[in-house]
Amino acid sequence: MTAAVSHRHRAQGSPYVSTTNACKLCTPLGACLAFRGVEGAVPFLHGSQGCATYMRRYIISHFREPMDIASSSLGEKHAIYGGGPNLKQGLKNVVDKYQPQLIGVATTCLTETIGDDVPRMVREFVQECQAGGEMAPLPRIVTVSSPSYRGTHMEGFHGAVRALVEQLAQAAPPSAAVNLLPGLVSPADIRYLKEILRDFGLTGIILPDISETLDGPQEMTYRRIPAGGTPLTDIAAMSGSRATLEFGATLSGQDTAGRLLAQRFGVRLFQMGLPLGLRETDRFFGLLETLSGRENPRPHALERGRLLDALVDGHKYVFGKRAVVYGEEDLVVGLTAFLAEIGVRPVLCASGGESGHLEAAMARVCGDLLPELPVVWGGVDFYDIAQEAQGLAPDLLIGHSKGYHLARAWGIPLIRVGFPIHDRFGGQRLLHLGYRGAQQLLDRIINALLAQKQADSPVGYGYL
Amino acid sequence: MSEVLEAGSPPALTPPPEEVKRELLAGYPTKVARKRAHHIVVNAVDPEGTVPEIAANVRTIPGIITQRGCTYAGCKGVVLGPTRDIVHLTHGPIGCGFYSWLTRRNQTRPKGPEDLNFLTYCFSTDMQEEQIIFGGEKKLRQAIQEAYELFQPRAITIFATCPVGLIGDDIHAVAREMKEKLGINVIAFSCEGYKGVSQSAGHHIANNGLFMHVVGLDDSTEAGKFRVNLLGEYNIGGDAFEIERLFEECGLTLVATFSGNSTYEQFARAHTADLNLVMCHRSINYMADMMEARFGIPWLKVNFLGAEATAKSLRKIAAYFEDPELAARVEEVIVREMPAVAALLEEVRGRLAGKKAMLFVGGSRAHHYQELFREIGMETIAAGYEFAHRDDYEGRRVLPRIKVDADSRNIEELQVEPDPRRYSPRITPEDQARLAMAGLVLQDYEGMMPTMACGTLVVDDISHYETEKLIELYRPDIICAGIKEKYVIQKSGVPMKQLHNYDYSGPYAGFQGAINFYREIDRMVNSKVWRYLKAPWQEHPELTATYVWE
Repeated sequence: MTAAVSHRHRAQGSPYVSTTNACKLCTPLGACLAFRGVEGAVPFLHGSQGCATYMRRYIISHFREPMDIASSSLGEKHAIYGGGPNLKQGLKNVVDKYQPQLIGVATTCLTETIGDDVPRMVREFVQECQAGGEMAPLPRIVTVSSPSYRGTHMEGFHGAVRALVEQLAQAAPPSAAVNLLPGLVSPADIRYLKEILRDFGLTGIILPDISETLDGPQEMTYRRIPAGGTPLTDIAAMSGSRATLEFGATLSGQDTAGRLLAQRFGVRLFQMGLPLGLRETDRFFGLLETLSGRENPRPHALERGRLLDALVDGHKYVFGKRAVVYGEEDLVVGLTAFLAEIGVRPVLCASGGESGHLEAAMARVCGDLLPELPVVWGGVDFYDIAQEAQGLAPDLLIGHSKGYHLARAWGIPLIRVGFPIHDRFGGQRLLHLGYRGAQQLLDRIINALLAQKQADSPVGYGYL
Repeated sequence: MSEVLEAGSPPALTPPPEEVKRELLAGYPTKVARKRAHHIVVNAVDPEGTVPEIAANVRTIPGIITQRGCTYAGCKGVVLGPTRDIVHLTHGPIGCGFYSWLTRRNQTRPKGPEDLNFLTYCFSTDMQEEQIIFGGEKKLRQAIQEAYELFQPRAITIFATCPVGLIGDDIHAVAREMKEKLGINVIAFSCEGYKGVSQSAGHHIANNGLFMHVVGLDDSTEAGKFRVNLLGEYNIGGDAFEIERLFEECGLTLVATFSGNSTYEQFARAHTADLNLVMCHRSINYMADMMEARFGIPWLKVNFLGAEATAKSLRKIAAYFEDPELAARVEEVIVREMPAVAALLEEVRGRLAGKKAMLFVGGSRAHHYQELFREIGMETIAAGYEFAHRDDYEGRRVLPRIKVDADSRNIEELQVEPDPRRYSPRITPEDQARLAMAGLVLQDYEGMMPTMACGTLVVDDISHYETEKLIELYRPDIICAGIKEKYVIQKSGVPMKQLHNYDYSGPYAGFQGAINFYREIDRMVNSKVWRYLKAPWQEHPELTATYVWE
């Protein structure tokens, strides 16, 4: 079965020109999230200070962690004459106050519209500092172009990861390490990925690594820059790694960090969807078996076995349930693959993203499992989703907090996943990936359906 | 109520505030330190109530992690966002609209299922590269048309984001055209993020637009003997609901609120009220002044944060109307509400008295919330605003002396003349003078600093670094700020209360709100969770000091 089979399929985006209740965030936010996953890094937005404030506000409400983003705080004058002086002053102040190892400068719609040449300004800044000799060793400064009028936060995220690799990776001696570019997943997911690599005896370089920087412990002393993140030396050494694993079903053929490592340094690239659900995780573990030359370590084999057991135990609760899935394209693909596996019927899979690859990726991961492909719809907002889904009689919604209003209106459960989650506690600790993530998702989905069934029951049975 | 810390009385702060200021500045490069020195002031109140000058409403230094927002945030997010039956359309790329999508959690209460409510919606033109290059007016026009067809709102507002001004979209022309075409009011706000120093510029732009295009459009009035508007109350956590309840019980008729729990119609009729009550002076004083000039409505600064403050404000309103029946009803309400407040105070004061608070928030909240802390016996040892101006710190007496800089000049100052038909002074100059003699001064705000103790620290537009340093030096028992600072403060081992969105609780206004606040602060400051953590100074002996009450 191919993607084009479904008569409901929507190749085009929204029928509306305006966006009502967006299902995407802006490009520089994604860039800031990626920069935050580098050790000793401070994200920096070149633009109006409101961008930094808004994005910090948003990221913090999900992770419940400090998230400092510096800003060049441009005003009207700078919008006319250029933001160079403010950018340089801002960089200097960040160096002074944070002593970072890296400053990740992302542009905004303001500075992209006025056409500020940020790489040149940064070069000038470095030269001026070196000439002045006044400052302590300068941090590395990585720049990424992230205008919010192009793409979504995911393009910003992948763009920043690519910029990090492009500007920091140097020719390095070959090593046994494996690069892992996980995409935007939760700190809990990253911790789990580290555990998996370790159990396979693989040295992994995970970029970015927000496992500690956006889910840090309470410590004796507050650190202005949290511990953790991908070390700069590791990024520099990615060129020597034996392989790169890049997650993201919509990334194939695109100009990504993994591709850059392959083209520039000849690092073998394995691109795959997020290892979400049984089969996509099997692919991931299969690859790790190949790369490590080891069999799936027993703890993980056991987890896989328990997941299978749970799929058997739970299939009666989920079979035939109709789900609407929304969020970032890569996540939507992974979730849909998982839902199809467990017998849920995805009826609408939607995203604000418009990579153009959503449909093909969807057909690939679940075309053989479903009698009919769901409506796959990129470039849409929640207004479109609501309109479309109304006729599809969904039993549950899967996505981030912004779908709550639909769940409320339709009286069906919302299984919260991904980003942003700001109406539940612990979004940063949600596990999505691997056998363990699938197990937890399965439990949550079934329990949400059971809770709904119990609440709707006139009797109130205690055994379900 | 305020025996703990009388305004003007010297508190025994360790280390001394001058030393703290020196320490704060020592961490900065010379140029930055010189600038910041004007924003950090050791408070002193002379017998006339004069306080030292503080630098405020000037540009944030780039690279300093500020908590400030932008002009768009002030215009769309703060002032206009809470109005439920207007479609608020953000013209720009998706971020600005998304991030201001009910994030302030303003509440609203539609009158019935038929009443329009778009508060849970986020409308944007979601500008793409094509519009940046070829212009966005066409898309804007189409978006307005769609909003009209899909939602049939009372009005549509358009908010410009950064690129709009840069690419030269004439949003005001589009608004005029679409207003004509659709027959509903369409109002554009040129509130590009880069325009001002902070969100404050956006407040001013919002005030101007509302005043020019909405206020005074509808002369019809509802019955009511004491007709008031409530200005600068945004109904965070349901504060406005609580104030509305009190007004109703006192027999006051609320014509319009700017803009918590508000509708378009309220704004259109606001000029029919007889008194404007100003809560947040910073964000809405323009509206109060303009309504005074055009319609002759005087304004009175009130504060409903704090039980005593609420009682005082209600009495002030009764005093203005000089009506014995109203005064009696106000007293009845106070007598009815106060016992519950007093009972809880009795319970919590023992656990809270003498503890120290710091407030860095808003353009009025850092001032108003000191009242609530005072009631539970807590001292405010340092406070500051994020985006206020000198008059909010030092009082309106400094207005003539505030230098107008390029950033302020950038925001239009409307020249308002009396309305030839509808200007009607609600109070004679003689009566106003008489009331002033009795202590009721109209069109005035004393500012935060004159009400704070001598020797307390006032910090404008505080940076992350300064917050951390103050925690280290002063070891406060609680800090009130916003979500951006929240986890930095908590990771430093100090309880933190959000006063932008109340940590999604509240209300804190009025008597019932005061009760909620006392409970909340008691719970936070005395929570057992803090026993598991030790603050840095408890681990490093060189930082050990005794608390003043020990």
